[in-house]
Amino acid sequence: MASDGPALQLSGVTRRFGNRWVLRGINFDAEAGHAVALMGRNGSGKTTLLRVISTLLRPTKGRGRIFGHELVSEAHEIREFTGYLGHHAGIYDDLTAEENLRFSLRMAGLADRDSDIARVLTEVDLLDDRYSRVRGFSAGMRRRLALGRLLLRPPKLLLLDEPYASFDQPGIDFVNRFARRIADEGGIVIIATHDLARAAATVDRVVHIEDGRLLEGTSPELSPDEHVAREVP
Amino acid sequence: MSWRREWSRIRAIVWKDLTAERRTKANFNAVLFFAVLTLMLFGFAFGPDTETTRSAAAGIIWLTILFAGVLSFNRSYEQELEGGSLDALLLYPGERRSIFIGKLLANLGFVLLVEGIMVPAAGLLYQLPLGRAPGRIALVLLLGSIGFVTLGTFYAAMASRVRAREVLLPLLLFPMLIPLLLGAVQSTAALLGGDLMGNAGSWIRLLVVFDVIFIAVCLLAFDHVIEE
Repeated sequence: MASDGPALQLSGVTRRFGNRWVLRGINFDAEAGHAVALMGRNGSGKTTLLRVISTLLRPTKGRGRIFGHELVSEAHEIREFTGYLGHHAGIYDDLTAEENLRFSLRMAGLADRDSDIARVLTEVDLLDDRYSRVRGFSAGMRRRLALGRLLLRPPKLLLLDEPYASFDQPGIDFVNRFARRIADEGGIVIIATHDLARAAATVDRVVHIEDGRLLEGTSPELSPDEHVAREVP
Repeated sequence: MSWRREWSRIRAIVWKDLTAERRTKANFNAVLFFAVLTLMLFGFAFGPDTETTRSAAAGIIWLTILFAGVLSFNRSYEQELEGGSLDALLLYPGERRSIFIGKLLANLGFVLLVEGIMVPAAGLLYQLPLGRAPGRIALVLLLGSIGFVTLGTFYAAMASRVRAREVLLPLLLFPMLIPLLLGAVQSTAALLGGDLMGNAGSWIRLLVVFDVIFIAVCLLAFDHVIEE
């Protein structure tokens, strides 16, 4: 479904857990082709906001549209083009690397071709470990495999929550290249991080979240403190 | 929604759960040991009188299945929570009820496998005439297990995000299972006794009704209970 305006629009989005308001009226737009860094301290609401956008959480109040689909009523459609990498790798310890990707393809309703799996394992540098159980993997290898799962079905909306954790410099470069590629192909990338230096070269824009409210900076070159500039209207 | 695609997703979950279980065997060994131990403890509790134990055997078998099954249901979602896989599972495109059906079938396979060893063991321990109506006894076990596993899988999903889920699951599940327990115990007891009054059929029909109702309700409600 096509629509005018920004590809991602949130208006007045709130989210409450019990008596605690974690998101307090988020208004946020993002254009297709843009990568956005979402900055904020621990507990500021970064993860909750990403989880709302990913459709894992329903907003308590407020509305959203993503690539022409309503955030709540068309969550099924949004999941068709969304990739989310959270704090945990979300892979199965008792399956091998190859089996994890095969499972992922089947769950996405795609053919589990050996060639696709081998290509992705090569990209994330895990081809030699394809028949090894994930239980023996390091944290970095797990994160690479989790990224591989996203590579199998490149998303139009890519949500990365602290994606640089557990990665060495080549891993960080890989994450940034992948994020940039998704944005350059017309997608939207949102990277939640407290480490702007690592994302600065990749993102087009920085927004800051503080106590569940969104504040916007002007460019990725500014320091985190300078981003506490103005509340997004 | 494409049925072929959803069926492929259901098979993927069954394959994943059973492959992980086959590799570790931790859950299966523990549940089977627990079940056999429970049968033995009931045997000791009822004393050496074979007639007393035999008359209570149907109830003992079904209570043992219930207690052992609860252990496996918790494990079914634990492996999703351990590595944060539940989020990934929920974000795949497609119907979330396919996740439920996949988990249900994997749990059913697991419980039936445990029963396949446990029930003959009970037959030996309590000297039960299992050969008297093997087909109908197997049907009762299947119908009872379908209803039990359906509710168990559903409530395990509901309890999965709660800290005290090991305690919460039996508290939620067991009261709901009373009609099923009644039907399963009465029909099993009737069949073990030769079904002289011909009342096993009506209890089996109750099991069928229970299964149909709760499969439908759980399928409709799963989307809501699995959301955070």
